[in-house]
Amino acid sequence: MPSRNGVGMPMWLLAEVTYRCPLHCVFCYNPVDYAKQHRELSTEEWKRVLRESRELGAAQLGLSGGEPLLRDDLEEIVREARSLGYYTNLLTSGVGMTEARIAALKDAGLDHIQLSFQDSTKQMNDFLSSTRTFDLKMKVAALIKQYDYPMVLNCVLHRYNIDHVQQILEMAEAMGAEYVELANTQFYSWAYLNRDQLLPTLEQVERAEAVTDAFREKVKGRMRLFFVMPDYHATRPKKCTNGWGNLFITVQADGTVLPCHVAGMLPGMTFPNVREHSMEWAWYDSPGFNRFRGDGWMKDPCRTCPEKEKDLGGCRCQAYMITGDVEAADPVCDKSPHHDRILESVARARAGVTEKPIVFRTDRESRELMKQCGGEGLKTDERRMFEPGAKVSAPNTRIGRDTT
Amino acid sequence: MSDEPIVTVEQVYAVAKLFRLQWEPAQKAYVLLYPEGMVRLNQSAGEILKRLDGKQTVADVIADCEAAFNAQGLAQDVIDFMVGAIRQGWVLRV
Repeated sequence: MPSRNGVGMPMWLLAEVTYRCPLHCVFCYNPVDYAKQHRELSTEEWKRVLRESRELGAAQLGLSGGEPLLRDDLEEIVREARSLGYYTNLLTSGVGMTEARIAALKDAGLDHIQLSFQDSTKQMNDFLSSTRTFDLKMKVAALIKQYDYPMVLNCVLHRYNIDHVQQILEMAEAMGAEYVELANTQFYSWAYLNRDQLLPTLEQVERAEAVTDAFREKVKGRMRLFFVMPDYHATRPKKCTNGWGNLFITVQADGTVLPCHVAGMLPGMTFPNVREHSMEWAWYDSPGFNRFRGDGWMKDPCRTCPEKEKDLGGCRCQAYMITGDVEAADPVCDKSPHHDRILESVARARAGVTEKPIVFRTDRESRELMKQCGGEGLKTDERRMFEPGAKVSAPNTRIGRDTT
Repeated sequence: MSDEPIVTVEQVYAVAKLFRLQWEPAQKAYVLLYPEGMVRLNQSAGEILKRLDGKQTVADVIADCEAAFNAQGLAQDVIDFMVGAIRQGWVLRV
């Protein structure tokens, strides 16, 4: 079955099993309207997604969220995934992890746990995630070691913590981390709403990278460090998700199948749902997945650009958010006629311009934003982040339990 | 780690704990899976790695490969591959 009509296999499956989360991170990549009415996939539905995707060639599985530990069937999902031959990665904040839980996950065959940290200091970690979780994360890190998992730490960098990279790396070393991913915030979703606060200056990024390089030399052979550059300080866009519908496939909590986890906001597109379609149809046949494959959709400057195969026009979501045109060049590219919008954001970051208070990712805030979007409460570019047609869930109800 | 690894025929190796060696039917190849990554192996790499079970010596692996492929003189190829695999952290000496 795998690979047809020149379309490669979806080797990487990201399962966003729930949008419920005990954290309220200001840079969360979940959709800003995650508090829309929806019903989470059941255990049996997830098992079908896993089976069908495995048949298509998926080998890496990311179990993400929200906080995936909030699914009490996580162990059952992991067991199924492992028995199908996936390499199973749990992407977690650690909140909800207990010794009983990690023992059960180990027994179910979980291969790897990636623990996220917000900063090396308790105060900043707790502020940025708007919770008191730092001590708990340290305990979870010890459990990960105790259960003989590779220790993989992820820390999202932004203006407030990027100057602490040395301390973050020292903490990681003290915890026995084998891999550390320092990922600069990419400006989508909640991070986009908070962009003026979160975007670091170029000098900050360069200093952090130099610190990381020096540390890498020191821990060579023991730790591997990854430093993901922020694209706002670049002049060429990233090859987003390694090409649209080329390698990655995401299934959201409500069963929507997407080429990337934020693509649901793109207008004029319909994306398949596993409740109505097979994963095979979604990947190979659905109009949504075929929309930006290849380069036939491109406009100038991309269409005639000698470098178009390198980045495939960059990110469709970033292009749409900033320019309003899904087919425009990613404005990170300095050949884009909209590149000044990126430069403007960078200049605002340097000047420290912030017009609005920071927005924490909460159910209440998501509902409020959805209401504002229906009125006139948001800027044009911000309004573009909302999925067309999504309906706001009732106040104080549990996310993902609507019956529709 | 900067020193050239020295592989001799009496040594015993296994795939490192961080990696999982697996046959992928969809790719018709062996792959090494690790946290958030995957290396697709060519046929000879797959055939060597699957024999590194923590029990067989390098000499056994060479002999086994030569028998499986009905070939002679694979010793240097196997050892060269092993040196690269050690550098990548794929295999560890038992």
